Amino acid sequence: MNQIVEVINLRKVFGENTAVRDASFTVTEGICFGLLGPNGAGKTTTMEIVEDIIAATSGEILYQGQPRGASFREEIGIQFQHTSLLNFLSVEETLISFHKLYQQPEDLEYLIQLCDLHPILKQRNNQLSGGQLQRLMLALALINRPRLVFLDEPSTGLDPQSRRNLWDIVRTIKAEGKTIIMTTHSMEEAEYLCDEVAIMDMGSIIAWDTPARLIQTHCQGSSILLPESAFKMSLDALPFSWKRRDKTIVLKTAQVQEGLTKLLSLDIDLTEMTVHSPNLEDVFLYLTGKKLRD
Amino acid sequence: MNFKRMWAMFTARNHEFFRDRAAFGWNFIFPFLIIVGFGLIFGGKEHQQFKIGVWSATVQIDFAGSTVPLSFQQGKYLQFITFASQAEGEEKLQHLKIDLLLDIHSPQHRYWINDSSPQGYVAEQIFLASLQDKNARLADKQVIKGVQIRYIDWLFPGILGMNMMFSALWGVGYVVVQYRKNGTLKRLKATPLTPMEYLSAQMLSRIFLIMFTIIVVWIGSNLIFHFQVHGSYGALALIFFLGGLSLCSMGLVLAARGTSEEFTSGILNFISWPMMFLSEVWFSLEGSPAWIQAIAKIFPLTHMLTGARKIMNDGATLADVQGECLILVAITLICLTIAARIFSWNE
Repeated sequence: MNQIVEVINLRKVFGENTAVRDASFTVTEGICFGLLGPNGAGKTTTMEIVEDIIAATSGEILYQGQPRGASFREEIGIQFQHTSLLNFLSVEETLISFHKLYQQPEDLEYLIQLCDLHPILKQRNNQLSGGQLQRLMLALALINRPRLVFLDEPSTGLDPQSRRNLWDIVRTIKAEGKTIIMTTHSMEEAEYLCDEVAIMDMGSIIAWDTPARLIQTHCQGSSILLPESAFKMSLDALPFSWKRRDKTIVLKTAQVQEGLTKLLSLDIDLTEMTVHSPNLEDVFLYLTGKKLRD
Repeated sequence: MNFKRMWAMFTARNHEFFRDRAAFGWNFIFPFLIIVGFGLIFGGKEHQQFKIGVWSATVQIDFAGSTVPLSFQQGKYLQFITFASQAEGEEKLQHLKIDLLLDIHSPQHRYWINDSSPQGYVAEQIFLASLQDKNARLADKQVIKGVQIRYIDWLFPGILGMNMMFSALWGVGYVVVQYRKNGTLKRLKATPLTPMEYLSAQMLSRIFLIMFTIIVVWIGSNLIFHFQVHGSYGALALIFFLGGLSLCSMGLVLAARGTSEEFTSGILNFISWPMMFLSEVWFSLEGSPAWIQAIAKIFPLTHMLTGARKIMNDGATLADVQGECLILVAITLICLTIAARIFSWNE
């Protein structure tokens, strides 16, 4: 597979604050690549440097093996996290305006269908809800048939239904062969959409792999959670490594079934039991010692 | 330069402006109100040049038994204002509210002037001349022929120019900074649009709106004041067009960088107020120090108004104002180039 983007030793300094510290990664053509991290981790800065919106302090960005040239903007689509459109233009007029900016634009009717914009075509931009605006922004990001699509926190502020609709659109465009680079602080979104994930913290990339391999590498086993009242015995006698979280006991086990067998043999009440399988949030917690949303 | 992209930005900005009812309305109402206001003040006629104060027991002035010569009483450019007392009249004279104060019953023709008032000096000369007339001295009448220009005809290009200046500087400069601050420009940076295309589109959109406004305000005001245009309307439109372009390009330079609306507002005020006072919008700089007149030449508004008044008031042709046209074109090209070179989509 071709490498569509190569980021080499990227660094960005704002005054005394280093936002990105020697970040390096490559993105394979046709995949959905996620930059995962908490707010302030440097995801958006990294993304905007790759997009050629802001300049790097040092480092190199290659697009299809070459420095980004004049055609770069014709071949990429961007959905920014914070941006704005002309207030008094309708959705339809906005689409037409952007359509005229490109040499080989996408069929507008297709985009309108894909992003479900028909009901709001005549509405003005300043009358759109958060979800409607995100759909329009996504349509604008796709208006030039881009090979590479950047989505910066695309589902932030959306209700669950809108988020799910957005994810469906992202999967559709990925199925068309487009490469997607997205930032998110939602591990659920990253696990659902991304083929590869780079975890960022304090400007550095601390891990980079497929979600499954990251979990497998850093968070083996599962957790069984039980209220403390379920135990009639001394916790020190338990054949598990465990820890107390408020009034809940968290037991670590390599195999859930094996753990349950042991608990049943100890005659422990499992009525209020929950089982937690590790996810990217646990990976992040393991790697940084803090939660993603901290 | 891709004209398709420029056209897309041009039409988008026009839609935006025409739908913003408040901004749209104010662009027409503001100049119209000023013109109507001045029209009411000056009655659309010649300016009453000299105000002569007299004190009288009645509101209506009564010249019965007065020693004021009849020719002065009926003076065409004199306006008589009555005061209840001599003291009140002297106070008004001290504050230059009137040009001359007369005791209309004094056999010695007693009068007062403020020695710091040039208008008072002229009024005095008119009064003294009327006294000589009364003494039956024949005057040798001298007439200077010239085109009579009403004050409103002189002022009108100035008001239009002032409105153009505010519309160009604020409508381009301030708006572009707002777009940068709220991320509209950042979104456009992600497209193949170049700064020159974007700035040219902004400038052309604004000049289109300015010319549209001028035509509407002109037609509306002309119904009331019946302006006298001694030159051609085409030449007048061209000088306004070139002046508008130069003012818009100046606005683009001011808006080329920065995201602070407050700072931009300060800079725009810093530029626009001196330009308004030094570009002969309200009064002529004739007689002012040479260095002030030299500073005034920096401003495009000065050249636009000079050209417009030559055409409107003196009947000048395009050939007569080619110097002003060339300066305005040069200012436009220089400012637009600078703006495109230093332009930033986002900070």
